[in-house]
This record gives sequence, structure tokens and C-alpha cells, in this order.
Amino acid sequence: MKAKVRKLIVSVEETRREMGRDIVPPTRKAAAIAVIENPFAGKFADSLDPLIDIGEELGDLLGRRAVEALGIKPNQAESYGKAAIVGEGGELEHAAAILHPKLGKPLRAAVEKGAALVPSAKKMGGIGSPIDVPLGHKDAAYVRSHFDGMEVRVADAPRANEIVVAVVVTDSGRPIPRVGGLTKDKIEGKDGLK
Amino acid sequence: MSLVEVRKFVTIIEEIWHEGGPVAATPLKVGAIAAVLKNPYAGGYVQDIMPMMDALKPFGLEMSKRLIAALGGEPKKIEGFGKGAIVGEAGELEHGALWHVPGGYAMRELLANAKAIVPSTKKVGGPGTRLDIPVTHINASYVRSHFNAMEVGIADAPRANEMVLILVMTTGARVHERVGGLKASEIKGEDGLR
Repeated sequence: MKAKVRKLIVSVEETRREMGRDIVPPTRKAAAIAVIENPFAGKFADSLDPLIDIGEELGDLLGRRAVEALGIKPNQAESYGKAAIVGEGGELEHAAAILHPKLGKPLRAAVEKGAALVPSAKKMGGIGSPIDVPLGHKDAAYVRSHFDGMEVRVADAPRANEIVVAVVVTDSGRPIPRVGGLTKDKIEGKDGLK
Repeated sequence: MSLVEVRKFVTIIEEIWHEGGPVAATPLKVGAIAAVLKNPYAGGYVQDIMPMMDALKPFGLEMSKRLIAALGGEPKKIEGFGKGAIVGEAGELEHGALWHVPGGYAMRELLANAKAIVPSTKKVGGPGTRLDIPVTHINASYVRSHFNAMEVGIADAPRANEMVLILVMTTGARVHERVGGLKASEIKGEDGLR
């Protein structure tokens, strides 16, 4: 691998009750997280190409790990999101290099289709920083029942020379959606929006 | 009595000159406004929560106006946006979803009918909980230089029966943006994506 991975974490949240009501089937979110070395920690570099390639590799690895953790077929995935936390020796742009140019394509392959933008967040942070990974429906960004987020955190990362990269995949929307808007059975799935 | 009962507003403006690289001629401003509101549905399951969505519509406009003012008062200078909600523990994730329509449509209206979807995230949390609000370009979601996020939180909110509603706006690209992709100068502006 191009990425120097210190650890991988997979976390699955299964919501069975919400506000006193049973959720059947439970809603599920899986986060796959990699803690990697930041090759540019401590120095300013004009070209961040190595991080762009690492992003491609992690889109595949983390996308597949999240889908596997849910025990679903790729086409049963419903929403997704991505995020990165850069340790203090780096800069915010390192997160952008991993997340935006190349991570999306292999992630979309892992969930099949993925016509919609992959929602994202990024920040600088110290050891134990949490990050909220925004979530949206993978084929139609306006599906209102699937707007959500998942907070992820690695207790011992990112160290100053590390980056935490997270991909979240779900097989469901919010537990009891009832604020209207586009529903998943009405998706056209052509433009990634509706 | 109105469903919208405010305990406090918090406004935060970050002015970013550099992040280890060249110092910007004009600093990037990243601003957030957060409102701490009583959650009218805290404490038990309520099926019909849509009245609050309607009640929040004028409130969304008021918050957007306050944030634009805090960022210098010129809507034309706002280039990125995002929104989020933190629901106190006596509430439910779905209550945070009430913010999608009022928060999103208000910002788009005041920013010359911005075309892009407003990225968002949400969660349930206690006082001091922080939320990473995703940010994208207001007219074209795929503009790579404007993907960003802002961490927002309030030490004494949300209490159990409260919710924190948040809007974020930025005045430009990440301060050292250099990972390519669609540029703001290349926006076609037809579909809100490119």
C-alpha cells in the first residue's frame, strides 16, 4: 500500500429503539476508519499528489470494509459520507487532497452507482478529536429521510504526523423520518440530486 | 406562544490568514451563527412535528441575516455555506431534521437564490457537544476549493429540552487550496452541481 496505515477501525451502530418506539428493521451505520502517516507533516509542499493517490486507495479499502461490516450487498447501501482529521503537523489541505480528487470513484464502486455527491467534512485536530461525518443518500442528494451524520473518533489519533480518514456507509435513513421531502421510492437517480 | 423560543444566540467568526503556507492578501472568513431553542417536542414521541418546521421559516431568515451581517454585510461576498443541528437528550434525531427546509431555503434566498444544496449534519448530544458543519460552494456543490467544514459548539447547550440550530457561511476557498478540480470561475450554474 502507498498509505502507511497504523490502524484500521470499523464501527457499526444499530438503532433498535428511538423515542420509545421499536425500529424494525433497525437502522444501521458503519464507519471504516484508517489512521495513516502524513507524509507532509511539518513541511509545506506545493504538490500533494501522494496524498491524492492515498485517497484513491482508501476509498476502496474503507468503502469495502464498511459494506462488509454491514453484511450487505453493495447495492443495498443507501447513504454515505467521508471525513478526515489532520494532526497538528499538517494542514487542512492535506484532508482535501485525500478526500476530493480520487477517493469517491472506488467508494462508489463499493456501494454500486453512487450518483450523488459524497458529503464530506474535514478539520485539524489533536489526539481523540471526534469528527461528524455528514451523510446523504448515495443516488439522490435531496432524499430528506437520509440526511444524517455519524460522529467518529479514535482515542489515540491523530498524532501530530497522522491523518484520520473515515468513510461511513449505511443501509438505511434516520430511524423515524417524518419531515416530508423526497423519499427513496421516488428517486429518479439520473442527476444525483433527485 | 410561538413554538420558537430562543435562549441565546452565539456568533463566531474565524479570520484565516495562513496555515503554514503563503499569507493570504485577503483572509478567508468562516462564520457560524448558532441559536439555542426550546425543543417543543422534548420528552415524548410526537407524531406530527411539522408545525415547528413552519414556525422556523422566518427564524431561518433572521439567523441568515445576522450571519451575513457578522461577515461584513455583503451577500455577494458569501461563497460557501452549510448547516446543522444538535438535539438535546430529551429529544430525537428527527427534531434536528426540522432545520433542513427553514435553514437551507433562507440562506439560498438571501444569497441571490443560490443553486446548490446546503450540506448538513445532525446529532443528539449534551451541553458542550460540538458538531462539524460541512461546507460547500453556494452555487455548485462540486467546486473543490470550497469543500470545508467548521466545528461549532456551545458550552451550556443543548440542555435536555433544547436544540441548537446552526448556520455556517464562508467568504471563499480554503486558504491554501491546491488540489485541482472544478474552480469557482468555471461554474456553469445550471444544476447546482457544476
